[in-house]
Amino acid sequence: MKAKSNPIKRGYLYLEEWFNASFGEAWNPLYHLGPLTFFFFWIALVSGLYLYIFFNTTVDNAHASLEAIVHGHVLGIGSLMRSLHRYASDAAICTIILHIFREFSQDRYRGTRWYSWFTGIPTLWMVVLLGITGYWMVWDELALYVSMGASHLLDVIPIFSDSMARNFLPGNLSDRFSTLLAFLHLLGQPMILIFMLWFHVKRLTHVEISAPRGLAVGCFIALTALSIYKPALSHAPVNLSKIPTELQLDWFYLNIFPLLQYWSPGEVWLLVAGVTTFMLFMPWLPKKDEGIPAVVNLEHCNGCGQCAVDCPFDAISLQHRTDGAKWESEVVVHPELCAACGICTGSCPSSTPFRKVKDGENLKTGIDMPGLTLDKFKQQTDEVLAKLTGENKIMAFGCTHGYDIGTFSAPNVGTLDLFCTGMMPASLAEYALKNGADGVVISGCRHGDCYYRFGNHWMDLRVHGKRKPALRAKVDRERIKILGGADVDGKKLHKQFSAFHDSLGQKTATPSAAATREVSHD
Amino acid sequence: MTNNPAVRYLLQAVNLFLFMALIAAFSSGPTVRQLEEGMAVVTLAFGHAGQPVRACHKRTPEELAALAPNMRAPMDCPRERSTLRVELFMDGKLIHDLTAPPPGAFKDQGVDIYENVTVPIGRHTFTVRMKDNDQSEDFIYSNDYSVNLAAAQLLFIDFSQQENGFIFN
Repeated sequence: MKAKSNPIKRGYLYLEEWFNASFGEAWNPLYHLGPLTFFFFWIALVSGLYLYIFFNTTVDNAHASLEAIVHGHVLGIGSLMRSLHRYASDAAICTIILHIFREFSQDRYRGTRWYSWFTGIPTLWMVVLLGITGYWMVWDELALYVSMGASHLLDVIPIFSDSMARNFLPGNLSDRFSTLLAFLHLLGQPMILIFMLWFHVKRLTHVEISAPRGLAVGCFIALTALSIYKPALSHAPVNLSKIPTELQLDWFYLNIFPLLQYWSPGEVWLLVAGVTTFMLFMPWLPKKDEGIPAVVNLEHCNGCGQCAVDCPFDAISLQHRTDGAKWESEVVVHPELCAACGICTGSCPSSTPFRKVKDGENLKTGIDMPGLTLDKFKQQTDEVLAKLTGENKIMAFGCTHGYDIGTFSAPNVGTLDLFCTGMMPASLAEYALKNGADGVVISGCRHGDCYYRFGNHWMDLRVHGKRKPALRAKVDRERIKILGGADVDGKKLHKQFSAFHDSLGQKTATPSAAATREVSHD
Repeated sequence: MTNNPAVRYLLQAVNLFLFMALIAAFSSGPTVRQLEEGMAVVTLAFGHAGQPVRACHKRTPEELAALAPNMRAPMDCPRERSTLRVELFMDGKLIHDLTAPPPGAFKDQGVDIYENVTVPIGRHTFTVRMKDNDQSEDFIYSNDYSVNLAAAQLLFIDFSQQENGFIFN
């Protein structure tokens, strides 16, 4: 019996469930937080380019030129563009924060995934800095507030010879600084951000950067409506001989500055550095043991590369054959990148329980998991199948991160947990059906949300003959049920399981006492 | 999960509305008040290097002979600078004072000062004085300025050695 997940994870799962109910699995924003962030950046980029065409970056004219854009362009296009620029940028912060929360709550930031987490934290700061320089460029009272706050923060770093804050006193302000800001906001920071994003996703494959069209359209309509209902406005023009008193802050980007009213710049730096350092090193607090990485059995590998294509973490690559075999390539596992999910085993065409094995030898495949070899889980499948009694026998395969399929256990229902359902060769379903099972259930993570990114998706495609190595066409798909759910989805999954059981034409299996207790929680 | 498209679209609209409400709420609020009503700000902001901690000393022939040939400069001048001491008075009452030691590994750098002092609005006479020599107890630089400060007005006090004192802006 698996332990129940922690309250943070369960809270996230309920939120995800709510979005699934609203948007469906295909459009669930929580499954597309990265692409949504990219989409908001695209809006900010296009609207920003429009603003830049008409914007005057000099200190004396910046505010007036922005006012002319906002109030002078036909049909309020300027105002719409300025508002979209601001609100899309704010929306990006929201999706980034949710993205961080999601990876944290689902424990997808430790182990081999430390790299994406570690590179993501400075990327967030770069986005925030990009927003800060954006507010700075306007040269309104808020810009003065931001410039003074930022200067006080920078002045405590002992690398500047003169006080930066003195630049923003009467008589000291020059266009040289505004030109530097324009360069930073329009070119320097975006370029650095692009590189940081590239580093952020470098250890992932099949990176999705385009949000589903329907979701993107919905977000764009909502942002446009907000822009029309509440246009983004500037504060009064900057007046260096007057202290801005009341400021309408954009808390998504400027939340650090009010602290300067209560704390010294050094204390604010201490907070920022402390939080950043803590977050950077969270993947090691504590370190996660991923399990034993995949190993290649060259004598069973023809270098087809399907495992390299399917690996979600770029842990497998192809190289020229080294063993003199007739094949051109062989695969190589990079252990430091391997999450030990076993998806490669499921993707290897050699991974089939139907292979003939000589007496005394083990079932081998091209790429295998030492922690749970193909031979081992074929044996376990045989053992479970042998114990099934009664009618309507079901063999259920689950994954360690999805719903606890042990709760399905019954005399006529046997269960077996894999690291990921993507680890399961599709042919194993056929094998189970041929060796005593009347039906096969494959229960992984929620659809669209595999702990190992693509395991349940690849498995689904293999079973439906849409991805290699595919389940043979002659296998009766009516006898195979694919479920997806987390540990808060017990009620729904048991209903689906029962429906499948009934569809096999027999009476309902009786759950074990332990299973009944577990289900009653849901 | 509902399969009714109308309910789906309604739920999506509700979610997007809540998302936009969150953005609207925090993109320009809550308001931050930086300065209380009826107050103005005096900013002391300038850069200045204190005097050397002691006067230069002309080396004697014996002292010069004791040095390596390439080090035999006739004058021995200290690198270290004096600590700055600045005091700000309003209507004769001390409202702010600061002591700024010279930065740098050898304490030989100029000091950058940036200090904000919040004061009530109205007519006031400000006096700023500064001592920049450890060998003397005198505040060599001292200037007065009378001004009628309006709400949120910034009185910026700079220092120029060329003008031998403080400049009120």
